[in-house]
Amino acid sequence: MEARQTPLYEQHMRLNGSIVNYSGWLLPVQFAGIVSEVNRARQKAVLFDVSHMGEVTVEGAGAEAYLQKIVTNDLSLLKDGAVIYSPLCYPDGGTVDDILIYRYNWDRFLLVVNAANTEKDYAWLMRHARNGESVALHNISVETAQIALQGPASPAILSPLTAVPLGELKYHHFLPEVELAGIKCMVSRTGYTGEDGYEIYCAAAQAGILWDAVMSAGRERLGLGPAGLGARDVLRLEAGLPLYGHELSAALSPLMAGLDRFVSFKKQIPFIGREALLEQKRVGPGKKLVGLTVTGRGVIREGYPVLAGDAEIGWVSSGTYSPTFEKSLGMAFLTPEKAVAGEELLVMIRGRAHPVKVEKIPLYRRVKS
Amino acid sequence: MKWEVREGLLYTPKHEWIKQDGSEVTSGITDYAQDMLKDIVYVELPELGRVVKAGESVAVIESVKAVSDAYSPVDGVIKAVNELLLDQPELLNQDPYGAGWIVKVEIAAGYVNPDLMDMKAYITLLEREEES
Repeated sequence: MEARQTPLYEQHMRLNGSIVNYSGWLLPVQFAGIVSEVNRARQKAVLFDVSHMGEVTVEGAGAEAYLQKIVTNDLSLLKDGAVIYSPLCYPDGGTVDDILIYRYNWDRFLLVVNAANTEKDYAWLMRHARNGESVALHNISVETAQIALQGPASPAILSPLTAVPLGELKYHHFLPEVELAGIKCMVSRTGYTGEDGYEIYCAAAQAGILWDAVMSAGRERLGLGPAGLGARDVLRLEAGLPLYGHELSAALSPLMAGLDRFVSFKKQIPFIGREALLEQKRVGPGKKLVGLTVTGRGVIREGYPVLAGDAEIGWVSSGTYSPTFEKSLGMAFLTPEKAVAGEELLVMIRGRAHPVKVEKIPLYRRVKS
Repeated sequence: MKWEVREGLLYTPKHEWIKQDGSEVTSGITDYAQDMLKDIVYVELPELGRVVKAGESVAVIESVKAVSDAYSPVDGVIKAVNELLLDQPELLNQDPYGAGWIVKVEIAAGYVNPDLMDMKAYITLLEREEES
């Protein structure tokens, strides 16, 4: 498959981004460097192109009942204009994807899915929509662009671009029609960094104008800069947010990833995978997800084995150097007896054992103003 | 060109530089290499006295995102390592041809350098990189 450009490819070239192929998309992995981009996101603000993410609309009188069957979280209390996070599972409890669900109306929802899973998810959603429910699905990923403005300066950056008081928008809420720099957008107070911020959706054809307008509104005045996939991965890892393919997969259930609060066994319409997850809850998952920090030198990376003494007890699911903590950290799946904060373990880095400490997730939590 | 290349050094296709001084070579990574890696956060160095072959990994360089190797430019024995890099890995970014040197290798008797690039040849290689 030939790698695709997002509608913002030209912007990335102009800003000297280092381009990589990320699950079929040509995207910047970094601009000035991951460390400065991470620091900027924590202190000021950064702008990401996340147009590779998939968007699927779910409409019709049966939309809510249909989604209740598909996703593990309970949508019955979700209000118009609110956003909820949820995994969706296979019948065996493995994870299809983890997504955001936007409720426009009782009969209209938008799902935002992981880029690498868009085709798979859409096929899965279609397959389960065929049993007589009045629901219509549309994959609008290609025509939809998305940028993520993240960092404490985000509200101040957007305020001159719109008459709408976006600073008042509550966390995990959205406004379906906001004019930003003259462009019709959907704006939600969401993100994948552990910081305050917004995710902004618009028509692909207008993404370049929107990007440039946001950049000019923030660059000089508030220290905004572009950030790439590298910083995005570090930020989400510091904030303890799972990434599909690492902390969730067809073999890794939401319960293993510690996402119990997003799995509702009590909702009226049972979700796909409920029985398997109930059983997993009863016997306990074989592995549990924890945070790890490295005590000395060295960087832990995905796939490195974790040991207690000589016994291998798990693996690192994601690992990096953290500019925020100035040491290496990550997440790991461990046998439950050792998945306890404070536990001192070892990670094998190129054949040598390095001491690590088990930590609670998330490692980073922003101080709310 | 945006990367610095120094006269008097030899270069490998893997973007390492070599300075020969009698039977000893000093080596490190080039300005281009450090710019590609950016933000170097850890360096692992070889033990003194280790016998190495040309092209064998002698040091591990970790940037935020990736792990890369630095290779021995010659057959020989590790004579010195730059221990400053253990606490100041950023020297590799700041001064790759100077304070950011990585190892010194005593060249094995009878070892003949393969075709390493001089400054001019290395610049040509980088210009091709810049265009692609």
